[in-house]
Amino acid sequence: MTRTRFLSLLGSYGVVVALLLLILFGWLRYDYFLGFFNITSVLRYNSMFALVALGMCFVIMTGGIDLSVGSTAALGSVVAALFSPQGTWIGLGAGVGAGLCVGLVNAMLVTRLRIMPFIATLATMLAASGTALLLADNQSVSVSYDSGFTTIGQENFLGFPIPAWIALAAYIAGWVVLNFTSTGRGVLAVGGNEDATRMMGLPVGRIKFLVYLASGGLAGLAGVILASQFGAGQPIEGVGWELFAIAAVVVGGTLLTGGVGSVGATLAGVLLLGILFNVLNFENGKGWISLSAYWQSVIRGLFLLIVVILQAKLSSRGNAAARDH
Amino acid sequence: MTDTSQTAHTGKRFDPFDFLARYGTLIALVLLILFNLAFTRNFATIQTLNVNLTQVCTIVIVAVGMTLVIATGGIDLSVGSLMAISGALAPMIFLGKIIPIDNVYLAVAAAMVVSIAVAGLFGLFNGWLISAFRIQPIVATLVLFIAGRGIAQVMTNGNLQTFRVPQFQFIGLGRVLGIPVQVILMALIVLAAAWMLKRTVFGRQIIAIGGNERAAELSGIAVAKVKLLVYAISGLCAGLAGLVVIAINSSSDANLVGLGMELDAIAAVAVGGTLLSGGKATIIGTLIGAMTIQLVRYTLLANGVPDAAALVVKAAIIILAVWIQQQGRAHA
Amino acid sequence: MDTDNLLSMTGIDKRFAGIPALSAAAFTVARGEVHALIGQNGAGKSTLIKVLTGYHKRDTGDVTFDGKPFEVSSPQQAQANGISTIYQEINLVPYRSLTENICLGREKRRFGLLDWASMHREAEGLLQRFNIRVDVRRPLMEFNTATQQMVAIARAIGFSAKLVIMDEPTSSLDEREVGVLFNVIRQLKQEGVSVVFVSHKLDELYAVCDRVTIMRDGKTVKTARMDKIEKIDLVSSMLGRSIEKAEGHATAFTARDEKNIGKILLSADNLAVGQIVQDVSFNIRSGEIAGFAGLLGAGRTETARLVFGIDRLKAGAMTYGGKTFEPRRPSDAIAAGLGFCTEDRKSEGIVPDMSVAENMMLALMPKLAKSGVIDEKAQREIVEHFIRKLGIKCSGPDQKVRELSGGNQQKVLLGRWLAMNPRLLILDEPTRGIDVGAKGEIQSLIKSLADQGLAVLMISSELEEVIEGADRVFVLRDGISVAEFDRAAATEDALMGAMAHGNAPVVEEAQI
Repeated sequence: MTRTRFLSLLGSYGVVVALLLLILFGWLRYDYFLGFFNITSVLRYNSMFALVALGMCFVIMTGGIDLSVGSTAALGSVVAALFSPQGTWIGLGAGVGAGLCVGLVNAMLVTRLRIMPFIATLATMLAASGTALLLADNQSVSVSYDSGFTTIGQENFLGFPIPAWIALAAYIAGWVVLNFTSTGRGVLAVGGNEDATRMMGLPVGRIKFLVYLASGGLAGLAGVILASQFGAGQPIEGVGWELFAIAAVVVGGTLLTGGVGSVGATLAGVLLLGILFNVLNFENGKGWISLSAYWQSVIRGLFLLIVVILQAKLSSRGNAAARDH
Repeated sequence: MTDTSQTAHTGKRFDPFDFLARYGTLIALVLLILFNLAFTRNFATIQTLNVNLTQVCTIVIVAVGMTLVIATGGIDLSVGSLMAISGALAPMIFLGKIIPIDNVYLAVAAAMVVSIAVAGLFGLFNGWLISAFRIQPIVATLVLFIAGRGIAQVMTNGNLQTFRVPQFQFIGLGRVLGIPVQVILMALIVLAAAWMLKRTVFGRQIIAIGGNERAAELSGIAVAKVKLLVYAISGLCAGLAGLVVIAINSSSDANLVGLGMELDAIAAVAVGGTLLSGGKATIIGTLIGAMTIQLVRYTLLANGVPDAAALVVKAAIIILAVWIQQQGRAHA
Repeated sequence: MDTDNLLSMTGIDKRFAGIPALSAAAFTVARGEVHALIGQNGAGKSTLIKVLTGYHKRDTGDVTFDGKPFEVSSPQQAQANGISTIYQEINLVPYRSLTENICLGREKRRFGLLDWASMHREAEGLLQRFNIRVDVRRPLMEFNTATQQMVAIARAIGFSAKLVIMDEPTSSLDEREVGVLFNVIRQLKQEGVSVVFVSHKLDELYAVCDRVTIMRDGKTVKTARMDKIEKIDLVSSMLGRSIEKAEGHATAFTARDEKNIGKILLSADNLAVGQIVQDVSFNIRSGEIAGFAGLLGAGRTETARLVFGIDRLKAGAMTYGGKTFEPRRPSDAIAAGLGFCTEDRKSEGIVPDMSVAENMMLALMPKLAKSGVIDEKAQREIVEHFIRKLGIKCSGPDQKVRELSGGNQQKVLLGRWLAMNPRLLILDEPTRGIDVGAKGEIQSLIKSLADQGLAVLMISSELEEVIEGADRVFVLRDGISVAEFDRAAATEDALMGAMAHGNAPVVEEAQI
């Protein structure tokens, strides 16, 4: 039991400890690591991933998966760019709306047609990507600089990048929903044991519907930030975002089988993977060893491997513990 | 409790969903060919055939391995990354970047064997994660999906490797009796796998594991070993496909080789009629599935529909195929 | 009907695909009563409960609950109306906290958000009523099965249930935990909550229940006060046998010749694994049919799983053919010449999408292959031989096995093992769910196999089958092998007596 407990604590807090150690390492080793410029640029860039990972976290907690988030973000960025001349808020709304549309399709496919989440979202991934390319005519769509749309991605508020504030707000909302609403608890219950949850009288279909919708909306929002930050809607961006998001969620200790998960740890997972890249850049800057930027995916993969094996041990121990009594 | 299996002979009744699940893709392929014969200019030419076949080749080779993996009830997301690894490794060997080999034939042979074997070993690693730790296949193979491309990029430092080695590029550009070598390779692999699945003990065991893992284990099948091998084969197929791709391009870019291949392969398998939950697999179906997807795209492009719209259509085809299969199962 | 009754079900009929699962079943539960519901597998207990909780819709009949007609269409609705069910496989969410498992579905809110403090207090309060003091914030999976049961009960009480149905709640509890559970049941009773208690352990019924209803073949055959009914009567009513009744031949088993029986092939001593198998000893000789008799949950299947290497022994030892036998996985047992036809054909036997031939050759295939390639011709011959020999009704070796009837599926599975030419065949409920004709065929087949020297370990819940079929019968009771009878001594009286009382003196048992 104590061993299980230790592993489960490691699952919940391991990522935070690793994140703090990494930051400590960076702070001791590099002069400008905790400099204002570096912090804001890391936050600005990673807030898009953070939003996508938040939606993914909720989907995974129900035991599902959403592979469409990357193309949905691309679609969101294109739609937002197309609507940006109408004003900041309209551009924002259009981008999020496009994401919600994809989320709606996913939700329908998974809950109504009962198609496996993996396949359903794989198909919408293609469809969203195709739609984005069609709308954008195969090239990036410049946003309007006059309407103030670029404020969202490029400006600061109280000294911090606006995207970071948006991500922070989304995470706080996500945390409240997960921990203080019955829908949130239902998300975890569905992932933990769908049949039992149904027998307990919870609306399983509605819960699943909502998570896919939310994931689509958040991916759309990430797309809005993408368009605003880089000044253009990018139909071919977002490739591999879904897997980055899955990795961040898993590194954050959320079980891919569903039922266990944490919003905060997911954020820590995103930051950990993001800062890892940042550290590699600094290391190369020092010129001691030349680790190419490509090491980042190898190291991310290794992280994922360690976490996944730990999780497997934890859940087999959990089962064994339950059986032994 | 009550026995509900008293359904002998109900299989004889005609069920449209069952029929569609079985033959839908083949019918679609035939209809597409007829449509093109009627409306697409220059369709009935050797050149059109070659264009379509060469484009579908690598997808089919990877999809064959994927079919076997899916037949056991698993999935392999790492195939694209493994293609990148073998595609990055082979030029390093035959260009003598690792150990100089003077004889070009020897160098090419070594390059092919080693890089395909390495991809196979990574596949074995996937299988090990899945059978030893009981990690879900989707997660276990995600590890190499992410790390694999990184490994290829690190090996080449992200640089493009260009080369002109006809002895190697034969597998992508050569022809035998006017047939592209890669098409012959594809045909051989398809036939070998189809034969293996139908005629060998190993093939039966794959299907049995996907059909009922408990029953397979109770019948003495070494489930873990079969799974290990299946993922290794998927790795080998990906390794070979990676070589074909770089041979065609005369260059290897670790950032691009095999990108998105896992999705194309899974789509071909699904459209081909292999059950994604395992237990029923058809290699020929996968071939037909891949060709159907390719021909849909070709048809749309040849008739002026943009490539992007073809993606949306592809998505719809995948959903439709899976849905029909599910209905076919529910009715059976 | 008297008004003291909390629940009254009368004239309940339920058919599945035309086959009656319940016919004119009647069931009443008084307020504050603990009522046992017992019966063999397939007797209709689960169907009755599922009809009551709205999982199945009844065809005919009336249900009155708490003085009003009771119409629900789902377990959730039943729960909201005062009937909570605690299933055998605990229907809770292992990763979530005790509080969530108790309170999900009727959360407390403050300012629109969940009020954790008061939910934790409530969960603690509910559990404390059963003298359980634990950290309700910890996930359910960290607690033992007994505590998980209590959580399920606490959840039911939290929903202010008037009737709690417990489906085999003690099957995975040890003695001490059972004691705690019984205290909880008694407490519920004091508070006026009624309990329906489904169990196969007869001693438990006497310890905690007021009345008992016995089901057989979809009918409620008897309802009696626990203190007015003998254990032996319970068993005979469940099995549908009256003790004095003379017997003709009810099965297709015919007399066997003793000289066909050889030396001891397998002997097992004091096998144990967990709660379900505690101390089982038996042996089988080649050419012998050894029967395992016992009530549901006596540990017969679990013992067979140990022999076949599916589960690992915790204690005890086996010898096979004179040597120590320690199968670590099924393939070890198969290599030693064992075969196992499982009780659950669907989930552990057939591969539904494969053909008759493929299913039958699944175990033999590797031996028959030439360097990994299937020898189709040899296979075909063997398959056709067994299709003829076993009388399998199918359109041919290539028909999908899922299209066959239960009896023919069973024959295919028998064929799978017979093709291996085994020395010992374990048959777990070989004729369950099979129509009468096929049943007889399978029984005579078993006999002729034994005549040819095969050792057969036959688990059966049908008394005639073991009495008429087996050369020796071992009776298991609550995980312990309590008695052994040879063919002459294996009468219905003797077997039922052993199932009811074990080998302990009858007098002592009756005082519990």
